[in-house]
Amino acid sequence: MKPFTYERVSTAAAAAAAAAANPGAKFIAGGTNLLDLMKLEIEAPTHLIDVNATGLDKIEPTAEGGLRIGAMVRNTDLAADVRVRRDYPVLSRALLAGASGQLRNKATTSGNLLQRTRCPYFYDTNMPCNKRAPGSGCGAMDGISRQLAVIGGSDACIATHPGDMPVAMRVLDAVVETVDAAGKTRSIPMADFHTLPGDTPEVETVLKQGEFITAVTLPAPVGGRQIYHKVRDRASYAFALVSVAAIVQPDGTGRVAFGGLAHKPWRVEEAETEMPNGARAVTARALADADPTGDNAYKLSLAERTLALVLAEAKE
Amino acid sequence: MKFDRPATTNPSDRMAVLGQPHTRIDGKLKTTGTAAYAYERHDAVEGQLYGYPLGAGIARGHVLAMDTREAEAAPGVVTVVTTLQMEKLPQDDRNIVRLFGGPEIVHYHQAIAVVVAETFEQARAAANMIRVTYDEDTSEIYNLAEKREMVEDQDIQTHTNVGDFHTAFGQAEVKLDATYVTPPQTHVMMEPHASIAHWTDGRLRVWTSSQMIDWHRQALATTFSLDPEAVHVESPFIGGGFGGKLFLRADAVLAALGAKKAGRPVKVALPRPMVINNTTHRAETIQHIRIGATKEGKITAIFHDCVSNTPPGGAGEDATNQTRYFYAGEHRLIVNRLAQVRLPESNSMRAPGEAAGLMALEVAMDEMAEKLGMDPVEFRIANDTQVVPENPSQKFSQRRFVECLRHGAETFGWTNPKPMSQRDGDWLIGHGMSGAYRGAPAQPSGARVRLQPNGRLIVETDMTDIGTGSYTILAQTAAEMTGLPMDRIEMRLGNSSFPVSSGSGGQFGAASSTAGLYAACVALRAMIAERMQADPDTLDFRDGQVIDGARSLPLSGFASEGEMVAEDKIEFGDFRSKEYKLATFAAHFVETRVNAYTGEIRLQRMLSVCDAGRILNPVTARSQVIGGMTMGVGSALMEKLDVDDKRGFFVNHDLAGYEVPVHLDIPQQEVIFLTGDDPVSTPLKAKGVGELGISGVAAAVANAIHNATGVRVRDFPITLDKFIDRLPPV
Ligand SMILES: Cc1cc2nc3c(=O)[nH]c(=O)nc-3n(C[C@H](O)[C@H](O)[C@H](O)COP(=O)(O)OP(=O)(O)OC[C@H]3O[C@@H](n4cnc5c(N)ncnc54)[C@H](O)[C@@H]3O)c2cc1C
Ligand code: SF4
Repeated sequence: MKPFTYERVSTAAAAAAAAAANPGAKFIAGGTNLLDLMKLEIEAPTHLIDVNATGLDKIEPTAEGGLRIGAMVRNTDLAADVRVRRDYPVLSRALLAGASGQLRNKATTSGNLLQRTRCPYFYDTNMPCNKRAPGSGCGAMDGISRQLAVIGGSDACIATHPGDMPVAMRVLDAVVETVDAAGKTRSIPMADFHTLPGDTPEVETVLKQGEFITAVTLPAPVGGRQIYHKVRDRASYAFALVSVAAIVQPDGTGRVAFGGLAHKPWRVEEAETEMPNGARAVTARALADADPTGDNAYKLSLAERTLALVLAEAKE
Repeated sequence: MKFDRPATTNPSDRMAVLGQPHTRIDGKLKTTGTAAYAYERHDAVEGQLYGYPLGAGIARGHVLAMDTREAEAAPGVVTVVTTLQMEKLPQDDRNIVRLFGGPEIVHYHQAIAVVVAETFEQARAAANMIRVTYDEDTSEIYNLAEKREMVEDQDIQTHTNVGDFHTAFGQAEVKLDATYVTPPQTHVMMEPHASIAHWTDGRLRVWTSSQMIDWHRQALATTFSLDPEAVHVESPFIGGGFGGKLFLRADAVLAALGAKKAGRPVKVALPRPMVINNTTHRAETIQHIRIGATKEGKITAIFHDCVSNTPPGGAGEDATNQTRYFYAGEHRLIVNRLAQVRLPESNSMRAPGEAAGLMALEVAMDEMAEKLGMDPVEFRIANDTQVVPENPSQKFSQRRFVECLRHGAETFGWTNPKPMSQRDGDWLIGHGMSGAYRGAPAQPSGARVRLQPNGRLIVETDMTDIGTGSYTILAQTAAEMTGLPMDRIEMRLGNSSFPVSSGSGGQFGAASSTAGLYAACVALRAMIAERMQADPDTLDFRDGQVIDGARSLPLSGFASEGEMVAEDKIEFGDFRSKEYKLATFAAHFVETRVNAYTGEIRLQRMLSVCDAGRILNPVTARSQVIGGMTMGVGSALMEKLDVDDKRGFFVNHDLAGYEVPVHLDIPQQEVIFLTGDDPVSTPLKAKGVGELGISGVAAAVANAIHNATGVRVRDFPITLDKFIDRLPPV
């Protein structure tokens, strides 16, 4: 870990201003991802801006009938919120499928969105990795890629976004709210928030340097059966091989997003028209452009079968 | 004391304390965080500095240059030791690859430097500032399947060639010919390798985490060209070992080098990735098994060929061992091959040999039973043997495998259901079973007992407690032998100034170290008998008294003039291995569910029935077995080091990437010990159970998965990617 300076801010505006004043700065929320990366010097901020005291720890109703989730709301609290459990159960379930109780007590809403990939080569600074060291190559592509992306990857990188919460937020059409140093706010739909790796795998979202997340808003509830099914190599405390977040209406229509398949939560709205026709019809379209490696081709069958399970469960 | 014939009745048979379910005497220290592990020995010596290791960033080649200027100038840094500053250090025979010194790199994360600083953070930051230039050799082949074909490079050991396997197999009515793969695995014990080292007047003191105190002492003496007497090693508490802490590792070497250069004590813990790539692992195996039998299920021919990876000079993982002893059959061919693969060092991990071997053999037995249309329990019973099949004059001292099978089948409610015959909604249900075999070796072991004037007894031996319960069973042994209550026994372990013991390994620790302490206690009793001018065999030690007929004297009285000290060592005669074969046995039964859609596996219940001689303490023994069963579930379902074939290293080198079971993976576990004792084993008639618990478990899980799904996976671990496309369509 490199030495750094530290400050604590008490408003969102101050956070954005502090970041603008210090190009080497990073925000620190729960620290559960950032600190690990700093110990390995994969992240090496020269200055930390502690944003835990910004007062953004509330969940409030919006005028549109939805919910506004403050950026500092802990994963545990969000999952337990009665409104979330009642109106957005897919979000609650996704959160509870992630990490461990201890981690969820620390992890924040914004930090979860911005957690970085779990590609093992990204974590080993002796190895080539375009995401960690742009231009150094990709160790995973000719190495071990069992966990990695099957769709939306590039020649530079096939990492996945490892999160669960963001998959549910994507299927719920959530919107990320931000503010910058000039006080300008932005509302970024989840669909646009995370980017594909392309030639710049080091870029993972559309956030600009110093732009600060204040909240995530959920639109008014859409009802339906809401299911999150996460498949992994052990029963708990592991990242998804594949996960499915689905909202299924009584008539069989609905929405579905996949985790574990791509550099972002993977949702193809056109494919959702196939939902009444079953899992295979949906994945055939949603994953039509898949380009798996030998190691991870199983994710295609697994995604289809997991969706089939979810659709069967929704009918019960 | 020489143990050169089977035990007869002796004072340990009273079993007033031994055999009783005593909870761990060190339990409170562990659960309250007051048991100080090596890295936490702040009390040991003043002025400790922190050393942070640097591992090589390549798997093979040479270090051309190391620029340490920035690191040396960094805040808090006291000194930097690099591999280029010295020749390769002298190497102990038990270490296969070098631990430190010289420019040559033979595996990834080989230690190449240690930075010593005032704080941990300073040392870690500075270690990252060292710039290393390598000349990398990328020609090496790391893939075992490829190396398996390169027979000319292999060390081939034919263990058994009796009868005429090829003819018998050719003529067999029912045959199996299958190949199984078990992956490389890592011990990932909770406590990483850690040491504090301190030099005074040319003497080296090391507080470390070691299963084998004397091996560490000797290896340190060799490494630093010291008289073993000038080396002192302490390791009273160990946060798990599983074979990973048998041998001296880089943490102690780096701490000693750093301390020497800094002139102050230095502590070093290996970061988790170095625990995995710097130390040892269980080798990968590819095992070819062929079994031929009559239609009635009598095995006539058996063949087991194993190839595993090792650096030159090592022993890999000989997964064929149990096949020599477990099942009958006249024609036998058993071959072990060592393929030279220059990955990090492969070496012992819990039940070396059998753990991997039974993963293959016991699935093969299941496949064979299926081909025969036989119940796999009955198939095993039909091929039980009471003598060593390749040498029928050697008989098992005690072998109640059939009893394990029958008792287990009854307790579990085994019905041998047909594959894919049980279902509950989206879940396919399967039952599976396996047998387990693990040798019961014993090693010389010494101990000293010191009777105090206040009536307490101090026990000293360099035996270690790696979480197994040594403290407790040794205290029970001393209490049984002296008639003192448990709370009068003061245990002192893991210190090189105590008599050399067996140490903890190979499932020999409990049996050997209690036998060594028994010998010391017998010596103490003899001294007391002499003072009483009585026959030691007629003396009765109970309730703090020594009773000779009508005469009863308080034991403490014998130390009233000063402590009374007795020391002895048990040595085992070769009758134990020449006339007899000593082993432990078990039968495992498992029920699992497999999701019909996703292939997710959820175990429902597990049962082990064990035949392991006298059980010295049913609580600690059970803990050993359920721990082994849990590790067996890991082997079955998830544990695997991913080898990057191109770059020659284990990729998943942290606990996020190398998955072991979590609570939710482990169902109800039941353990039954058959009662009885084995007088051929030790004076206490005990054997080990620590490795028996893992042996065979993974195969039972695999067989249950097959029973649920109809799919056979011969490549461990059984992750769903390997069979999702073979599940019935949904
Ligand atoms: C062992 C382990 C297992 C895990 N398993 C799972 C799992 O199964 N599923 C899963 O989804 N996750 C898992 N996680 C990841 C966990 O969810 C994340 O670490 C956590 O959500 C990050 O939140 P945080 O508040 O701690 O973020 P931090 O570590 O504090 O920050 C993460 C990043 O977000 C940035 N950031 C934080 N807040 C803001 C803001 N308001 N505006 C702009 N930038 C901001 C920081 O600068 C940093 O770059 C696991 C983590 C660990 C360590
Ligand atoms: S897949 Fe992406 S993150 Fe992984 S090694 Fe390649 S470039 Fe790095």
